[in-house]
Amino acid sequence: MMKGLTNWRLFALLTALLVFLSGCGREEISTLIPAGKVAQDQFNLLILSTIVMTFVIIVVSVIFVLAIVKFRRSKLGDDMIPEQVEGSAKLEFIWTAVPIVLLLILAVPTVYSTFDLADVTAMDSTDEEGNQENLTVNVTAYLYWWEFEYPEQGIVTAQELVVPTDERVYFNLISADIKHSFWIPSVGGKLDVNPENVNKFYLEFDQESSELEDGVFYGKCAELCGPSHALMDFKVKSVDREEFDQWVASMQEEPEPAADALAQEGEETFANSCIGCHAVSGAGPAGMPGPNLTTFGDRNRVAGFMEHNEENLKNWIQDPQEYKPGNLMPDGQTNNGGEPFSEQELDALAAYLMSLSVEE
Amino acid sequence: MSSLAQKKGFGAVIWDYLTTVDHKKIAILYLISGGFFFLVGGLEAMMIRIQLMKAGNDFLSAGLYNEMITMHGTTMIFLAAMPILLAFMNAIMPLQIGARDVAFPFLNSLGFWLFFFGGIFLNLSWFMGGAPDAGWTNYASLALASEGHGIDFYSLGLTISGFGTLIAGINFLVTIINMRAPGMTYMRMPLFTWTTFVASALILLAFPPLTVGLFFMVFDRMFGANFFVVEMGGNTIIWEHLFWIFGHPEVYILILPAFGIFSEIFAIFSRKRLFGYTALVFATILIGFYGFMVWAHHMFTVGLGPTANAVFALATMIIAVPTGIKIFNWLLTIWGGSIKFTVPMVYAIAFIPSFVAGGVTGVMQAIAPLDYQLHDSYFIVAHFHYVIVGGVVLAILAGTHLYWPKMFGTMLSEKLGMVTFWTFFIGFHLTFFIQHFLGLLGMPRRVYTFGADQGWDLFNAISSLGALFMAIGVIVLLINVVITSVKNVRVGNDPWEDGRTLEWAIPSPPPFYNFAQTPLVRGLDTYWIEKMEGNKEGMVYAEPIGDVHMPNGSIIPLIMSFGMFVASFGALYFQDDTKPWALAVLIIGLGITFGSMLVRSLKDDLGFHITKEELLEDAKRGGNTDGLK
Repeated sequence: MMKGLTNWRLFALLTALLVFLSGCGREEISTLIPAGKVAQDQFNLLILSTIVMTFVIIVVSVIFVLAIVKFRRSKLGDDMIPEQVEGSAKLEFIWTAVPIVLLLILAVPTVYSTFDLADVTAMDSTDEEGNQENLTVNVTAYLYWWEFEYPEQGIVTAQELVVPTDERVYFNLISADIKHSFWIPSVGGKLDVNPENVNKFYLEFDQESSELEDGVFYGKCAELCGPSHALMDFKVKSVDREEFDQWVASMQEEPEPAADALAQEGEETFANSCIGCHAVSGAGPAGMPGPNLTTFGDRNRVAGFMEHNEENLKNWIQDPQEYKPGNLMPDGQTNNGGEPFSEQELDALAAYLMSLSVEE
Repeated sequence: MSSLAQKKGFGAVIWDYLTTVDHKKIAILYLISGGFFFLVGGLEAMMIRIQLMKAGNDFLSAGLYNEMITMHGTTMIFLAAMPILLAFMNAIMPLQIGARDVAFPFLNSLGFWLFFFGGIFLNLSWFMGGAPDAGWTNYASLALASEGHGIDFYSLGLTISGFGTLIAGINFLVTIINMRAPGMTYMRMPLFTWTTFVASALILLAFPPLTVGLFFMVFDRMFGANFFVVEMGGNTIIWEHLFWIFGHPEVYILILPAFGIFSEIFAIFSRKRLFGYTALVFATILIGFYGFMVWAHHMFTVGLGPTANAVFALATMIIAVPTGIKIFNWLLTIWGGSIKFTVPMVYAIAFIPSFVAGGVTGVMQAIAPLDYQLHDSYFIVAHFHYVIVGGVVLAILAGTHLYWPKMFGTMLSEKLGMVTFWTFFIGFHLTFFIQHFLGLLGMPRRVYTFGADQGWDLFNAISSLGALFMAIGVIVLLINVVITSVKNVRVGNDPWEDGRTLEWAIPSPPPFYNFAQTPLVRGLDTYWIEKMEGNKEGMVYAEPIGDVHMPNGSIIPLIMSFGMFVASFGALYFQDDTKPWALAVLIIGLGITFGSMLVRSLKDDLGFHITKEELLEDAKRGGNTDGLK
């Protein structure tokens, strides 16, 4: 038994080491590498509670180990009948009072932070000219994709949220179908996206996403929403205010027609088969059946999770169910009026979509 | 029915079990069917871990994976953990309070068969068009959008088995209040009886909200009642409230009896009275009480607002206090004792660090703003498995070893038991410890696959490896059961030699009437008191030997439950236009149920008496007086 126990301790130590060695995960998604005020507050609470809880664990472990080492029958002899102690009021008092004190240490920052993180009173505040002082984004969750509308700027995008750094960004969350949950782990905790009410909160982005290895923060759906729940990813680009304003300005412009011949051909096919669901203008409108594709060429992924290349894009257009089961996009055949897209049409579509860009 | 044991044929044994109202046989039925569902749920868990062992695995499809996680959770909670605990409650609690059976033996049987048919119904979904796929929490918007009949299997199956559990809870409450032997005051009741008592009260109060929720769900799907349909003015968050008003107490329904089993084990194998018995009892009651005031901590991210979140955060933290009281009292029970490291005891010893780990992560998640990060991530998966596996399942394994001799009259092998313990225990920590970090690294729960580029690959592989160890542990336990049953070495009254409570004063397994004479209880740990005073018989009696009144067996509970089972298929297919016979099936099923209720009400069944002479003869043949070993 003793030997087993030593093994177990060794094992725990090894596990801890392993965790330490593999670091804190990827900075695009790890809650352990906070990249904004909200995530930082939550990380601090994690550290505080871990310290308090480590204290508890140490106290319990010491008594526990001493007890099972000291009072073994193999040591005490088979005939020993221990004294039948009833209890101790003093001890009961101690182990009631001390935990209460520990909990108070946790309770104060908990209550403060709960109210602080839910404070959206500044959401609608306006300056003297009636302009909103803070950026607000309306997030609508659809079965396996995300729409981001910037009401004040009059623009709409999807799948990739673009936000300015170092300021509060407010979010209105609502679902168009069933319940989802909006989560950007390295920037802040999640909030559910309910079908019946708008949930509001704010996040702050302290780091420009271009500094990250992959260039974007990873966002997730955190509430089971059907077969492709695992694939309902979105990405976040955080840029400085200047770059953000530029991005907004180019989103507001009328999209230019495709430049090269192949892309022009693709634009035609798009107009015949896709435009019913997908807008290609930053002006929207919001609430289309499919994601807005204005920034498609600038994106990090196809369909939110596949590597961003023409091959994946073509596969996706031809057979979306194969890659994201249960999503609502009709397959290529249906979109093309009963016949699968030809290789030529797919190439053209891919070239056109990849050319959709608002970045310089 | 003869009172004396006779050699019976196989058919007669089966018939005996189908009609039994004896709490000990019903316990065995609960143990076997709960054990079976435990294996089914474990198989589902293995499928989940195989699918997640590497990034982008395609072992299970997306839809099938969701069915797997839903059925794993539902099966483990409703069809494995609860029934196995009900098995121990049935087998042991009446013996501990010196009763000859539970208060309502007929209802006891009905409770079992309802659970059994509910569980079978739910699992038939695999073969009849697909299992439920909206998670064990079955959140309404997803559940209503789910195609096929999976969700109907879930709601109808749980409704039936929920009736069974409710009946069992009421039965135990009445039994403990009314049927304690003379001298067995509330504050002399063994802790397992106390936790059974409080857990039964929780069952009584917690299952109705679930039943209401399930009824709404059934009505929405069958008749378009629109309770949860947002476009029609319904509200899906109501489901979340109803589910968690049930769901949180449910956690305590599971963990309190586990605490009870461990309390017994600590006292027995430390040869010492429970330290702070009174504090342990009041902590149990407090945990049960608080259990109803914290449900919204499962809903911190729903958007209930900061006031609700703050209040429920504080309420949740308070639960740590009575739980801490329990942990420290157990530690002080061992302290100064004489610890014998039997298999049940090593489970109990291992339970303390495992459960403390689950407890502290619970407090961390009570911090609402921190929970915004942890909720629905793998951190919560790790947390509740630490509590449920590290608490409830360890208690079930410990209880199986501890009470096996009392239930079956044979001892499980200690050697194989240790093998199970070490593989299971190491596997458990290997599987779930690492999942805390997966959650912190941003991995959401309930994902059927994950991308290779997110830093989760290694930890998932380790977690899957751990699951394999747990599976090996369970397989060794099965081998242990088979070997033990084949060897069939009979044991005496008190096989652990340090038994303290009444169940160890009577033969293993006890005669069907339990106590030829009702015992007189002279204090806490009554058998220990008698042993210490040198009483060879192990107890003193409150009555002279005389005729004993016993209930007759009955097949009616089984038929009654079968009627509900049939009716459920009618209700399930009622919504399909292509199955016009569904209504007829529904009516026939309900007809069977109400018909058997009518028969039961109109037919007098006064039971039978075992005469004094028969008892004496039974005793002579070693029935109940082989005293101390």
